[in-house]
Parts: sequence; C-alpha cells; structure tokens
Amino acid sequence: MIADIAIWVPAASTNARSVDLLTLYLTVVCGSVGLLVAVLLIYFCVRYRQRPGETANPPPTRQSHALEWFWTLTPIGIFIFTFLWSGAIYYAAFSPPADAMPLYVVGKQWMWKFQHPGGQREIGTLHVPVGRPVKLVMISEDVIHSLFVPAFRLHMDVLPARYTSAWFQATRPGTYHLFCSQYCGTNHAGMVGKVIAMEPAEYQAWLTYLGEGSLALQGRQVFLKYRCLSCHSATATARAPNLEVLYGAHVPLRDGRTIVADDSYLRESIYQPSAKVVAGHLDVMPSFAGQVSEEEIIALIAYFRALHAGETPPRVESFPPPTSTPPINSTDAAP
Amino acid sequence: MTTELLTPSPSPPPLAAPARLHYLNVSRGLASWLLTKDHKRIAILYLLPITAMFFIGAYFMAVVRLHLMTPEGALLSADTYNRSFTAHGIIMVFFFLVPVVPAVLGNFFLPMMIGAKDLAFPRLNLLSWYLYMIGAAWTLFAILAGGVDTGWTFYTPYSSRSSSYNVVPVMLGVVISGFSSMLTGINFIATVHRLRAPGMTWFRLPMFVWTLYATSFIFLLGVPVLAMAILLVVIERVLGVGIYDPRLGGDPLLFQHLFWFYSHPAVYVMILPGMGIVSEVIPCFARKALFGYAFVAFASFGIAGLGFLVWAHHMFVAGISIYAALVFSLLSFLVAVPSAIKVFNWTATLYKASITFEAPMLFCLGFVVLFTFGGLTGLFLASLAIDVHVHDTYFVIAHFHFIMVGGMVTAYMGGLHYWWPKMTGRMYSEWWSRLSALIICVGFFLTFLPQFVLGYNGMPRRYHTYAPEFQAWNVLSTAGSSILGVGYILPLFYLPYSLVYGKRAPANPWQATGLEWQTASPPLRDNFEHTPIVVWPPYQYHLGKAQNEP
Repeated sequence: MIADIAIWVPAASTNARSVDLLTLYLTVVCGSVGLLVAVLLIYFCVRYRQRPGETANPPPTRQSHALEWFWTLTPIGIFIFTFLWSGAIYYAAFSPPADAMPLYVVGKQWMWKFQHPGGQREIGTLHVPVGRPVKLVMISEDVIHSLFVPAFRLHMDVLPARYTSAWFQATRPGTYHLFCSQYCGTNHAGMVGKVIAMEPAEYQAWLTYLGEGSLALQGRQVFLKYRCLSCHSATATARAPNLEVLYGAHVPLRDGRTIVADDSYLRESIYQPSAKVVAGHLDVMPSFAGQVSEEEIIALIAYFRALHAGETPPRVESFPPPTSTPPINSTDAAP
Repeated sequence: MTTELLTPSPSPPPLAAPARLHYLNVSRGLASWLLTKDHKRIAILYLLPITAMFFIGAYFMAVVRLHLMTPEGALLSADTYNRSFTAHGIIMVFFFLVPVVPAVLGNFFLPMMIGAKDLAFPRLNLLSWYLYMIGAAWTLFAILAGGVDTGWTFYTPYSSRSSSYNVVPVMLGVVISGFSSMLTGINFIATVHRLRAPGMTWFRLPMFVWTLYATSFIFLLGVPVLAMAILLVVIERVLGVGIYDPRLGGDPLLFQHLFWFYSHPAVYVMILPGMGIVSEVIPCFARKALFGYAFVAFASFGIAGLGFLVWAHHMFVAGISIYAALVFSLLSFLVAVPSAIKVFNWTATLYKASITFEAPMLFCLGFVVLFTFGGLTGLFLASLAIDVHVHDTYFVIAHFHFIMVGGMVTAYMGGLHYWWPKMTGRMYSEWWSRLSALIICVGFFLTFLPQFVLGYNGMPRRYHTYAPEFQAWNVLSTAGSSILGVGYILPLFYLPYSLVYGKRAPANPWQATGLEWQTASPPLRDNFEHTPIVVWPPYQYHLGKAQNEP
C-alpha cells in the first residue's frame, strides 16, 4: 500500500473515490483557466512588445462592460456548481448511516487510543472491517488533535471536553497511515499510527482473539467500581435519577430546559454534575473529574446505551472480578 | 519652505552649483532621522528593519527545509524544529508580510500619489514606527531567548496550557506591532479623505491608493479583535481565568474564531497592496491605461468586505456545524470572484499594448502567474470535500505561500524596483535585477509545486519527521528553496551598490503618469514645489500626459 515515492494517495474508502473525482474535475477546470491566462499573457507579451522606433503610445482599449460582466458571472456560475457538488460529498461524509459501527478514539499527547464496541482496546493501530460503515467518536485528554487517514480522505479534529465524530467505509484491505494533523507539541510528528482494514471475517477473528466481552460490560464494571449505584439505583428511594433507557431520551432539567441525553451530556454530568441537573433532583452529585478517565467514560456511555429497563443491578451486588485479563502479546499480533 | 531655497536668490550665484536639497540631505544627524515626521524618512526607517526581519524569517525556514531533507530529520531536535517553524511564521506574517507594503511603499508614496505634503498625522506615523520597532525587538528577543513552539496560529489550549516556552512575551510583541498597523490604517484613511490635491477625485485615485485604503479598513476592524483574542490567552496563562481551556470552563474553538476573524482578512491585507502595485506597474510598462479601472477598484472593496466573512474556512474539520461549514464554503468561493476579475483585467491591459520588460514589469508579470496559480489552488480549499482531506497538510502550505510569497513578496519586489529610483535617486543594474526576477519565479515554482503533491498524498504540516515515501518531493522542495534564496539575496547586493555607483535617476525614468513621478528624484522635503492640480484620471499613457499636466 505504501509506495516508495508518493504519487497518488491510495483511495481505500467509499468517500475517497468521490473526493478524487471532484479533485480531478477541479484540476481540469482550474488547469484550463490557468493555462488560458498564461497563454494569453505570453502571447500578448510577445505580440505586443515594444518595437524599436515605436514612439507613440497605443490608444486605450475600449472599456467593455459586457466583457467585465462575462468574466464576473462565468466564474460565479462555475463556483456555485463546484460548491454544490463538493457540499454534497461533504454532507454525506459527515452524516453517518444509522447502522454504523461505533468505535471510540481517545487522543492524548502523543498517542492514539482506540476502543472497539466489543471492549477490545488498541494503541496506535486501529483494526477496521472492510465494507461496513464505521463511526468514530473521538475526544482528547489534553490539547486539540486531528485524526487524519489520507487513504480514507478522513479528517476530523479531536477536541478536549467535547465529542466529535466522523465516519468512513473502507473498501480495500490494507495498511494505511494514520496521522495527527493538528499541531500538538514536541512529538506531534510521532503521533502517527496505522489503520489496518481487514475482510469482515478476518476482523471478526481478530476481535474474538482479543475477546474482551463488550465495552458495555466494562462500563458496568466502572459503574460498580465507582459506587454509582449507591445513588443511581432502581429503588423507589433512590437519591439520583434512574439511568435505564436514558440514552438518547429527552431529559427535563431543573431550570426548565429539556435536553437530549447524548454522549456529551452524559460525560458532562459525570465531570460537572452541577451544569445540568435533572428536574426533581438536588444538586448533590460530586464531580468525578480527575477520577474517571476518558476511556472509562466511553465505557460508561456504552453501558448506558445498552441499559434496558429493569437491568440496573440490585444494590447488594458485590463487585465482580474481571471477566478476562489483557493479552500478553501486543495488540498488533493478530492470529 | 523648500521652495524658497530653490527660488533663484538675488545675490550673485556661487561658483559651484550647490547640491540640490531633497528629503535625504535636508537635515543630518541621527536625531533628524529618529525624530523625523517626514513620511518618506519614516518609510526608509521601516525599510531597514523590515528587510532584516525578512532575512531572519528566511533563515529559520532555510534551517527547516534543510532538516526535511531526510525522513528522520537531518538537523534539528523536535523542539528546535517546532520553534524554528514558529519563528518563521511569526516573523514573516506579523513583522514582514503585514506591514511591508503599507509601511514602506505606502508610507512613502500614498501622500505623493494624491499630491499631499505628508500623511494626515505625521507624529502618529512616527509613533507607529516606534511601536513596530518595540514589538519587533521584543518578539525577536523572546524568540532568541528560548523561543516559542505554538506555530504562528497560537491555537488554544496548546498555547494556553501545554506549551512551556515564551508564549506570553511573543504574543505581547505581536499585539504591540498590531497597534502600529492600526495607527497606520487610521493615518491612511484620514489622508485619503482629507489631503487629496485639488482635482484628485475618488475615481482619479491611482489603484495603489485604492488598495491601501481598503487595507486600512481591514487593519482598523481586524487588529483589535486579534489583540483581544491574544490578550485573553495571556490572561488565561497568567491569571488562570478560563477563556479557552475547557478544564477551566473555556472553549478552545472560541480562540480559532477570534484568531481567524483577523488573520483571514490579514491575508487580504497582505495581498491587496500587492495588487495595487501590479495595477500601477503593468499600465506603466504596457504604456496603456488599466483595463476596467472601476471594476478593479470595486473588486478591492469586494475582497476587503467578503474577506471578513470567510474566516471559518480554516475550521472545516475543527468541529463547527456542517451547515456553518456549507455557508463558509460558499462565501469562500465568492471571495475568489473579485480576484479573478483583477487577473482578467490585468491580462486585458496587455492587449494591443506596447510592452517593455524592465525588472518591475518582470516581477509583476511573475506576480500575475503565481497569484493566479495560488488563487486557483484556493478553489480546492474552498471545496469542502477536498479541504477536509488536505486540511493542515502541505497542500495548504503550498497554496498560501503561492499567495503570500509568490504573490505578495513578488509584487513588493516589483514595487521596490519600480519606485527605487524615486526613493533613492539612483538606478540599479538592469541586468542583475532582471536576473533576480527570473531566478525568484523559477525557484518559487520548484519549491512549492512539490508541496501540492505532498499535501494531497497526506503529509501533514509541522512534522519534523515523515514517512519515507514523501522524501523525494521534500528534497525537490528544498532544492528549489535554495534557488529561491539566491534570487532574494541578489537584490541585497545590487540595490545598495546602486546607492553609490548607480546612475543618477531622472525625475521620471519610466515615463509614468502618477503624481509621484512629477517631482525630483529623490523628492523634496515637501514632495512638490507647488501643490499639483489634477486634471486627468490615472494611466493616461495614450495622451502622454501626467495626471497634473494640462
């Protein structure tokens, strides 16, 4: 996949082909206009150069409003066409299909951490299936980073304290560059990794090999570890809101507003519980900033997403041991 | 007062004719320069440090380009590399590109071109120079004593939280010099409104004056926002007040909005006066009126106005709403229209002209080609789908260098060569200056064309090491930059040489029609013996008449 001299970056996602087509179109249009200007410029310079003995200056060219409007309106027409075309590709590239597989990314100076829905974690290398839409949900632990996979024409900034997302569908198995493109300090150039696109069966085998259970299960353990259950229980006397079927629901707040319980809201409510307090509850929850990590938050959100009615564990449940231990060999080593 | 000196006195004439008095020799001594209120002397005062800043900025880039000869980096540590490209960007943008044409050529020629004795506020003009000097010296000191590694864009929260270098001092230096630009803008606007010579109506203004006028408005509206954005970073760093850092309750994207609200229009600050120069030089060496004068003048204001409405195209992948991105993309396409109008009008000016190819003309023809190329590649970046891919890659680097270096610096060189005889009273070497123009254009293409390929292939900017498949293009680019360097160093020799050994320049060596040429070279202390009375629009080459010739 990686050539000795970069000539044309591989196109390995559905979006890549649309972008390349637009690039080729624009190259032809801009090339023609540029060539036209250059040829006219050179032709005029040669044809109308001052000859020896020429004394009188040439008469002025008659001003032509028609000509001015022609070269004002023609570019506008071309620009609007190009805008519509590129806007359509962009819109599609940032509107993930509903069935896209969520994959979580945490950026920090200077590494990339990934969490699969099955709970598998990787650092620096991201395994993805070919032919299936994948939605990246990303957050940074420190400064702004930007996840850039040239072969997928995929590019999105990763912000601290806010989830951003992007999606792609890989079309060709292979190993591709993954760069941080937003300058983030000393080893910015070292914040690189690989995306390994695999056939779906291969990907499944790789997941099974790492076999972690699921991200939601890990989130449940986090939930129990931090004793969230002490307040967020399913009992009638619970001090805090019940979290069952909360994800994606409309939540009335104490100040009269209603918000959607999305990733950002859930994260904020853990780090800054006072920011948006649910109607009918007191502002008593302590902040977990500095205790719960971004990765644990992601696991928690996956747990809330999977938490159906009646599934909140009973208060008495003790903290269960981990269901698996991390593999000894590095995460790169697929079977 | 100078007129008195020039009127023949009744006393018997001295044996040898006394040296003619002009602005350079009317008074002597260091104090006569450092306390001068003469716009021409202040322009010369700017010329020296700004030229020095250009070569200091170029030095930092020479180091960076050499480092990039090998994928693992040939020369510098990661931190030194980061501080080098930051120093290059800050020095070149804030201390060379933004001030150079307004402060040097604008200061010198704006009053002369409208037939005025000086700018409206000569003391304020001197204050602008001192602010520039303080800002530049302060920033340079901060860069040499430790440096700064944020990139010239100072993105938060990296700059406000993470970077451990001289962020605050450098930012203060940028703000101080920003006030210098703002005061110059006020001065120019007042001058154009109040000090035009009799008969110099708005539509008789030379195009260079129009573009400086438009530029001044950008200074006036944009610089305060930049100063505010930067001072808020300082407040956050020093006092810990949360503005941009989410850990303190701030919003990191706020900084990007505020920063680009000035810094995108600043791109037009850099290019507009360059367009003005080209609009003066091309008619002069084509011996023909500028085609579509009114369209070119209004296009300048179109650029200045629309330029304030496109800032978020720097943020297409920063996490702004996709609907906002669509709007900013459309506006970014539209801001290209006035630039296209200008290119077509310059080209049309050459039709059935009588063209000669002195150095200023070569530089300006080079400008048209390089600027057109830069502008057309800008359309790729206005296209959302493509910008998402090439954002923060070498494609962007190549694009804006085509505009700022290929366009702006080449136009400045054109202007400097065009007006040098007027400023100094000397002619420079025709042969060496033409050679310099050719070398710069060739070297420029060799340096920056490979970077478009690198960018589309995905090489991110600000990387001190890179993947091996990018090496060939990086080596080409470094080789090109060494040629470009030769082109820029040549004038450093032949221009000062001309001061001593150059032929004396006549008042109007290019037979140009502008008022600035209708007085001696170098000009008198008060520019004109008598206030000129303007009777023609500019560029009446076919009549063979200057703007004030009855």
